[in-house]
Amino acid sequence: MAPRHLVDPHAHFHWSGSREDWARYNASRLHAGDAMGIEVHVASILGTWGRTSPTYFASPADITAGNDAMYAIARADPARVRAFVHVNPNHTAHALSEIARGVEAGAIGVKLSASRRADDPLIDPIADEAGRRGLPVLHHVWQHRQRDWAMQEASDAVELTRLAQRHPRTNFILAHIGGGGDWAHSINVIRDVPNVFPDTSGSGVDRGMLEAYLEAVGPQRLLWAADLTLCTGLAKLQALEVIGLPQDALDDICWRNAVRIFPTGSLGLA
Amino acid sequence: MSAFRFDADVSAWIGAYPFRQLPHPDPEVLRQVLERERIGTAWVGALPAAWHRDPAPANSWLYAQLAPHAGVLLPSPTVRPDWPGWERELDDAVSREAPSVRVYPMQLGIGAAAPCLSALATACADRGLVVQLTVRFEDLRQRHPLDTAGDLTAAHVRTIVRADPRVQVIVSGAGRDLIEEVHWSLTPDEQGRCHWDWAWVWGPPEDHLGQLFRTVGASRFVFGGFWPLRLIQASGACLSLLPEKLPPVTTRSAGAILAAARSHTA
Repeated sequence: MAPRHLVDPHAHFHWSGSREDWARYNASRLHAGDAMGIEVHVASILGTWGRTSPTYFASPADITAGNDAMYAIARADPARVRAFVHVNPNHTAHALSEIARGVEAGAIGVKLSASRRADDPLIDPIADEAGRRGLPVLHHVWQHRQRDWAMQEASDAVELTRLAQRHPRTNFILAHIGGGGDWAHSINVIRDVPNVFPDTSGSGVDRGMLEAYLEAVGPQRLLWAADLTLCTGLAKLQALEVIGLPQDALDDICWRNAVRIFPTGSLGLA
Repeated sequence: MSAFRFDADVSAWIGAYPFRQLPHPDPEVLRQVLERERIGTAWVGALPAAWHRDPAPANSWLYAQLAPHAGVLLPSPTVRPDWPGWERELDDAVSREAPSVRVYPMQLGIGAAAPCLSALATACADRGLVVQLTVRFEDLRQRHPLDTAGDLTAAHVRTIVRADPRVQVIVSGAGRDLIEEVHWSLTPDEQGRCHWDWAWVWGPPEDHLGQLFRTVGASRFVFGGFWPLRLIQASGACLSLLPEKLPPVTTRSAGAILAAARSHTA
């Protein structure tokens, strides 16, 4: 059994300001996505991806340039690509103005990476603005972060959940349960927090992970996604298909939950 | 024409993992998975043995577990080459028709320059056994606080491959960086005896696997699924998403590696 549609709500692209082979990289994502059946990539660009400011602490100038590049990619391929607006919450005024500018440019969600801990009050105006505009917030998460790692101020599910509970009308995507750290730690943290939606992306393909999340949050809160590795995304899609889920549940995970949490009609699927 | 996608999965285990619950890591389930994924056989290790001081009891358990599945699940016992009497495990492996043995230097605290690694390589070459190394079982970022063994180093691989011109080596779970470091630090003859699975190699959009197939060569790679730790679908998925401009790919068969290992025995 296969899902009727497939949306990747955690995608990334590159641009000329981030790496030399950006065009090959972007073409590879779209080509592989087509092979997998991805109809819509909801994507962000994190500044210059470290070239002129750190990936997770991108400067306002790099944030703006990266977002502009992302909007250009979405405009060039409106059938397959949608944009997040990426912001650095350490620069509140800039972040809020970028959200406003992003919505004008067609952005359908807000991307927070690891510039500031998720439960820091500096995130509040951004989460509030996203909720007011009906935009989900995709938040980079290090599952069970036990210490600080260089070049990022990563958050874990405990910290994201504190933010989500302060903003119950905003939906949060807990990034990449397969993307590093202990995915088992996040399960019980988010189990009873209905506005946190874990995504399956990341290079991790641990057996038992998908089943554990399905048991904890059910198919109406789990989002299939790929992030930086489409191959592991395909593996998790194939695993979901052999678990024995009902068609409705598979559709929820693979695209219908995304349709529910992104602005109405923004994905072009129904 | 074979109905199998791969002749063997060389990177499979059975048994419990000490740091988290694995769903049913049992030989009966592995056999069903192989059938579902159209894989002919599996070279199977005893997962707990990687952390045992003396792997012999776990090897006995492995042989007993796999006995009902002879010909499909092939035992790949664990050897600790700094343990008294370790050669007996090799002789036992030969008598059980094992294709390979597994050694875990990082979990045992064996340094890359340890003479016992070279001795192991020669002893395996003498007996026609492939040497299997495992880079990691889990992502570094999720390991249990007690799981302090680092990833296998390139120096360990080089030591074993260079130790004997007959030894055949399979390395499971390497990423692009380790593969490139080892491959380009070996002579062409040594390169030809060092094989890799691609279970932890990234596909698109980074396309590390495509890059490695172009540079190192697809013939250096053999299928490994990392069951029961990881989704066995991942390796096949990565292969299915190779860049379209890549020429047709023929990866190495496990049988060919084993035949090369046995070609020097009487």
